[in-house]
Amino acid sequence: MNASTSSSRTAPLRHWWHSGSPGVWLTAGAVSFSLVMVFGLLFLITVRGMGHFWPSDVARLELTGGEAKYALGEIVEEETVSATRLKDNGVAVPDGRESVRRVLLKVGNRNLNGYDFQWFNDLDFGAVSYPRKAVVIERREWGNFYGFVKGIREGDKPLSIEGSPWPEMRKRIARGEALRKDIAHIERDQMGAINYGLERLRLKTRKLELEGVTSGAPLADIAAERDALNARYGKLAEKLAKLNADAGRDVLLLETVNGVASEVRFYDIVRAYRPNAMPLMAKLKHYGAKLGEFVASEPREANTEGGVFPAIFGTVMMVLLMSVFVTPFGVIAAVYLREYAHQGLTTRIIRIAVNNLAGVPSVVYGVFGLGFFVYFVGGAIDQAFYAEALPAPTFGTPGLLWSSLTLALLTVPVVIVSTEEGLSRIPRSIREGSLALGATKAETLWRTVMPMATPAMMTGLILAVARAAGEVAPLMMVGVVKLAPALPLDGNLPFLHLDRKFMHLGFHIFDVGFQSPNVEAARPLVYATSLLLVLIIVTLNLAAITIRNRLREKYNAAET
Amino acid sequence: MPPKPDRELETMQGQPGKEGSTPTHGVDIKSALRKDDGAQERPTEPRDCLEVKGLNLYYGQKRALHDINLTIPERYVTAFIGPSGCGKSTLLRCFNRMNDLIDGVRVEGEVLLDGQNIFAPEVNVATLRRRVGMVFQKPNPFPKSIYENVAYGLRIQGVKSRRVLDKAVEGALRGAALWDEVKDRVHDSALGLSGGQQQRLVIARAIAIEPEVLLLDEPASALDPISTLKIEELIYELKKDYTIVIVTHNMQQAARVSDFTAFMYMGDLIEFGKTKTVFTTPRRKQTEDYITGRYG
Repeated sequence: MNASTSSSRTAPLRHWWHSGSPGVWLTAGAVSFSLVMVFGLLFLITVRGMGHFWPSDVARLELTGGEAKYALGEIVEEETVSATRLKDNGVAVPDGRESVRRVLLKVGNRNLNGYDFQWFNDLDFGAVSYPRKAVVIERREWGNFYGFVKGIREGDKPLSIEGSPWPEMRKRIARGEALRKDIAHIERDQMGAINYGLERLRLKTRKLELEGVTSGAPLADIAAERDALNARYGKLAEKLAKLNADAGRDVLLLETVNGVASEVRFYDIVRAYRPNAMPLMAKLKHYGAKLGEFVASEPREANTEGGVFPAIFGTVMMVLLMSVFVTPFGVIAAVYLREYAHQGLTTRIIRIAVNNLAGVPSVVYGVFGLGFFVYFVGGAIDQAFYAEALPAPTFGTPGLLWSSLTLALLTVPVVIVSTEEGLSRIPRSIREGSLALGATKAETLWRTVMPMATPAMMTGLILAVARAAGEVAPLMMVGVVKLAPALPLDGNLPFLHLDRKFMHLGFHIFDVGFQSPNVEAARPLVYATSLLLVLIIVTLNLAAITIRNRLREKYNAAET
Repeated sequence: MPPKPDRELETMQGQPGKEGSTPTHGVDIKSALRKDDGAQERPTEPRDCLEVKGLNLYYGQKRALHDINLTIPERYVTAFIGPSGCGKSTLLRCFNRMNDLIDGVRVEGEVLLDGQNIFAPEVNVATLRRRVGMVFQKPNPFPKSIYENVAYGLRIQGVKSRRVLDKAVEGALRGAALWDEVKDRVHDSALGLSGGQQQRLVIARAIAIEPEVLLLDEPASALDPISTLKIEELIYELKKDYTIVIVTHNMQQAARVSDFTAFMYMGDLIEFGKTKTVFTTPRRKQTEDYITGRYG
């Protein structure tokens, strides 16, 4: 009797268990959990990263104690801390307060204070106001300036600023921008080309020297050419000196909130604005400009300001080069393994080895790339073709080529496995149909089987790109640097410089986040750069997926 | 059937000793013809196209074909019938050496195509397959346009001239009775055709390279009755120009389309003769049992 009641009580539970609903709940739950994680991650980095570019209002805190009267800056963070914790840190907290609100203010003016950020407890300040005249000056050096405009000086004579100084300021900032462009053009493009030419001449001389030629017509030609280049260089240097002198002409006179005077050359101003007086449209415009600068310009101030364009360029370039290397290599290997190799123990062992290769930690590939590609292959290339440059290495040093080759090696198992999969899915009847028409095996492969396997190859490439674009560890050994002096693609022959070091978004995140001298200022950039990296990988993948789907549509019906 | 004017009178050229030595397996086609009076309206004796001599085939250790002797006449339809697994498809696939693709297959004996042994080492398999075309059970068009499917064999042979290709494609599609249905969309994907059209496309693809022999491996078994009928009519037309060997499970089909029938059982050739004779007065009990549906 007792037993029968207990079994009837558990029956609905058991029924529910056997119906499979728990399994459905479990799997659906797992999917929801993954989705929440992914979207949570994207949401976090978007909010944290994208907020950085918004021109937030500048707050003025009235300080109660100490010699400084005010503090001016952007409120970056607010938090509540317990009184005990503050007491432990030696802060005098009046009795009866259990917690204290404190704000992190970006006070800027690093050239005056030595720091950018400062915490303020609500015990130390009273009223908070937002003065409409407060100005933010984004400088090329020393970070932001927060304060008020006092005047403008042109050369030695101060300009009267009756009314608003802003029209004058805008004009002069634009002039500084134009000067900067001219100087950059001379320094980077023209002088860069001359230096490149001089270096080539030096290598030519050295090469002749190695060949035993120490005099004669070739050397005279080189000397003449060098003189011509040096003459041009001299002219450019004169022009540059004049421009640099011009750059110092206009100065903006400033004053901090506590009345300390300061000044900055207009040439050094990136932009100046009054966030407290900006209408919404102006703020949006400012936001767009900052975002554009982030994507399209070069980093400044040890990567904590400015943009990440060289890193975007380097990442995309490296991934494209890797694709160029990995696709043919993987496809050819897969074709041999699947179509020609005798399917026996050896092939099975090779297949297992290839699969396991995909699981080797990427750092190991970095070490291999450094040892094999950089030192061995690169060293040999230098000995054979660039002997005149030695002991300075050309290819015997980490660079773009070795990075993409190392990553190609890292991702080749993925391409092999997917291509093999695709080849094995081509129906036998199609191959027989082709052979029965008098095609040889190679013709059948080339004309029928391989085109039908292209969607699978693309799948392999998609996986390879997804893995390679996010890989950082091996790159640190074979070619990535925190700041590359030049892009791997420029106007000097041979245009694509595979031997150059490059910047990479993944490494940029690491560098800005953990190696930066100004961590607090760089943190939003870490999020923004992460978002950008994710977006780039998604874009590359979407492009590949679109191509694959188009191919699949073309060959779809035959595969079933 | 109208007599073919270009058919020449041939003298007998069989091997006299063979008929006596292998009385059960090998059946000389000419003696069969001679005995059977007036069944064929063609006034001439057929010429040999394929001659199978003492053919044994092994899958590894297993013997799949037992000492087959057979001659296939030129420009007639020869049907192979028999229960599943009897070796008829295997035998068919010997004629264009499709069995080479299967690991562990070993062949003994000879198959002569115009007097030349196709298993001889100097024979180029690709060339052989251009002379002996094949159509499979399931339509297997390539995922290309109709045009490119038909032009495939010619492109393999290096034909590049657009004019030559256009002409050949149209000719082959007309030959396969498909031209009128697809002439406005030859550059559309072949995968958009119906099953019956796909099978006729595959036949067009095979005849575009003008083979001498056409092997049909159960060409209508995956098709509906109307498409089957079209394929059968097509076979009737094609035999004017090609020697056709067809494997079929469908006895009515064999009776309808073929001029000669070979009955196979368990890897043996049991009986071979004129279709009419095999179906009305089989000489062997096994043949009769199979045809009347007592087993198989």
